[in-house]
Amino acid sequence: MSRGRSRTTRQLTAGRGVYAVLGVAVLLSLFPLYWTLVAASRSNTEIHRMPPVLLPGGRLWHNVTQVFAQTDLRLAMVNSLVVAGTVTASVVLTSTLGGFAFAKLRFRGRGPLLASVVATMMVPTQLGIIPLYIMMANWFHWADHLQALIVPAAANAFGLFFMRQYLLGAVPDELLDAGRMDGCTTRGLVWHVVLPAARPAMSVLGMLTFMASWNDFYWPKVVMTQQNPTVQLTLSELASGYIKDYSLVLTGALVASAPVLVAFLLMGRQIIDGIMQGATKG
Amino acid sequence: MAASTAAARGARAPAPAPAPAPARTAGHRWHRLDRTVSPYLYLSPFFLVFGVFGLFPMLYTGYVSFTAWRADRPGSQGRWVGFENYRRLLDDPFFWNAVKNTLGIGVLATLPQLLLALGLAHLLNYRMRGRTLLRLGVLLPNVTSVAAVTLIFVQLFGRDFGLVNWFLSLFGVDHVDWQAGTLSSWSAIAAIVTWRWTGYNALLYLAAMQSVPFELYEAAALDGASRWRQFRSITVPMLRPTILFTVIVSTIGALQLFGEPMLFSQQQDPTTGGSQHQFQTLALYSYNQFWGRFKYGYGAAVSWAMFLLIVLVAAVNFLAARRMRGAE
Repeated sequence: MSRGRSRTTRQLTAGRGVYAVLGVAVLLSLFPLYWTLVAASRSNTEIHRMPPVLLPGGRLWHNVTQVFAQTDLRLAMVNSLVVAGTVTASVVLTSTLGGFAFAKLRFRGRGPLLASVVATMMVPTQLGIIPLYIMMANWFHWADHLQALIVPAAANAFGLFFMRQYLLGAVPDELLDAGRMDGCTTRGLVWHVVLPAARPAMSVLGMLTFMASWNDFYWPKVVMTQQNPTVQLTLSELASGYIKDYSLVLTGALVASAPVLVAFLLMGRQIIDGIMQGATKG
Repeated sequence: MAASTAAARGARAPAPAPAPAPARTAGHRWHRLDRTVSPYLYLSPFFLVFGVFGLFPMLYTGYVSFTAWRADRPGSQGRWVGFENYRRLLDDPFFWNAVKNTLGIGVLATLPQLLLALGLAHLLNYRMRGRTLLRLGVLLPNVTSVAAVTLIFVQLFGRDFGLVNWFLSLFGVDHVDWQAGTLSSWSAIAAIVTWRWTGYNALLYLAAMQSVPFELYEAAALDGASRWRQFRSITVPMLRPTILFTVIVSTIGALQLFGEPMLFSQQQDPTTGGSQHQFQTLALYSYNQFWGRFKYGYGAAVSWAMFLLIVLVAAVNFLAARRMRGAE
């Protein structure tokens, strides 16, 4: 943010037209979520009325209790929380250490290793899905266990690259050299210099990782069952019945999104800064 | 390039060894060990996880694609058939249908998304009040899950009681059965993707726009260039690296579409991508081969073909963008 404020370049000031167009854009962005709230607070017959209802009703609490009564959403929420929490802690830690190594340590093979990390970001999930499933089901016997979701996600290329980009500029080489002179081990440098400096990026990465893990659908769909679901699986199950109660489906969508929406509202500003910084640093 | 800088750094590093050090203590040796081993130690979790759960399965899929393995036929696991699966792929109308759908939805989802993002970023770049709030507003869709968003849009795109059809009916447009048609289902799925990703891309563009020097615009204005001309001749060229990046990333994302078409389907088997396979993407088709038909060998070939297509399309995009730069 400080970067944005200290810039000396001037900008054109927005006129009414700009505000109007942006206002429409934000309305379009928010409308589907607002409408989910409307539907989640009404009955199925009410949302199938023409012309449609556009204001929230009074059945939100009733619908929420219904969804929890009809599905395993409670178990699913606990599962998703455990998975997303563990994955986030692990990714933030491994990415910070690895990113520090790439950004600030000198070692043989650094260039090729970094290039290979970036290259792995291109590989689609589908490409390894069967062997991964076979490994989990037949070799490790982890199918339908949470570790099948946690372990493969415990470290990733995006996080490593993200932390490297940040630490390149956030940790001055002089500070590290001075630490070395005083006899600090690498672990000491990590503890006393890197972790304090990396904290803002760690919280952004943590948030992004948590959201991605919470929202993941493909791999949980393959390796988990409805006996031990994640939130997204329960949600898709809720919607797969032949005759659907849409107000309940959308209540489920609302409940499934709630933790991420709340976190976004609390941390949104940092997340935006994180995304924008990632864009400018090559 | 990274390698050369690493080498340069290495050369610049003060050489610790040649100093006269007859009484090297255990502490010294420990220190040197620490410096050589620590980097690899810190990187090992990623390479371990990627090696075991990323690279190995990927290569194994490659191997499986050359076998006749069917999960429902014991003993077929190791039966080597060479390129047979790939040859059959070329004659498979459903495969080509999936290729067509994937590319069609990809274009419909990527092009408007990036153009809208560019326009949105341009507007967000004005000096204004409430800019953080506006940015939060456009990014919010991005943090919602594919599953939740798709179910919301399924309702919005409902044939009889959907808000989209109701809105269109205000303009005299008859009820559209969004799931049934090819173009209509592609558009609806593309709308889901566009809704989720436009704001994210707009923020990437905005970041790049903020590093364009204002003086360029001032000079252009003095020369009598219109706003539109400035946008086309200054903003867009300065943003080219970012545009290239977003084109590649969103293309890769679009070619892997899975959750959206799967949950958009109202069929009994959601992996068919609609009654006429009208929106069955490659990811859905490979999933269908694996878990619906247990054809592991054939499904693996579909997955590898999909990967090759991604690499091909990404390379074409890259070269096209490079040539655009060369032409100016």
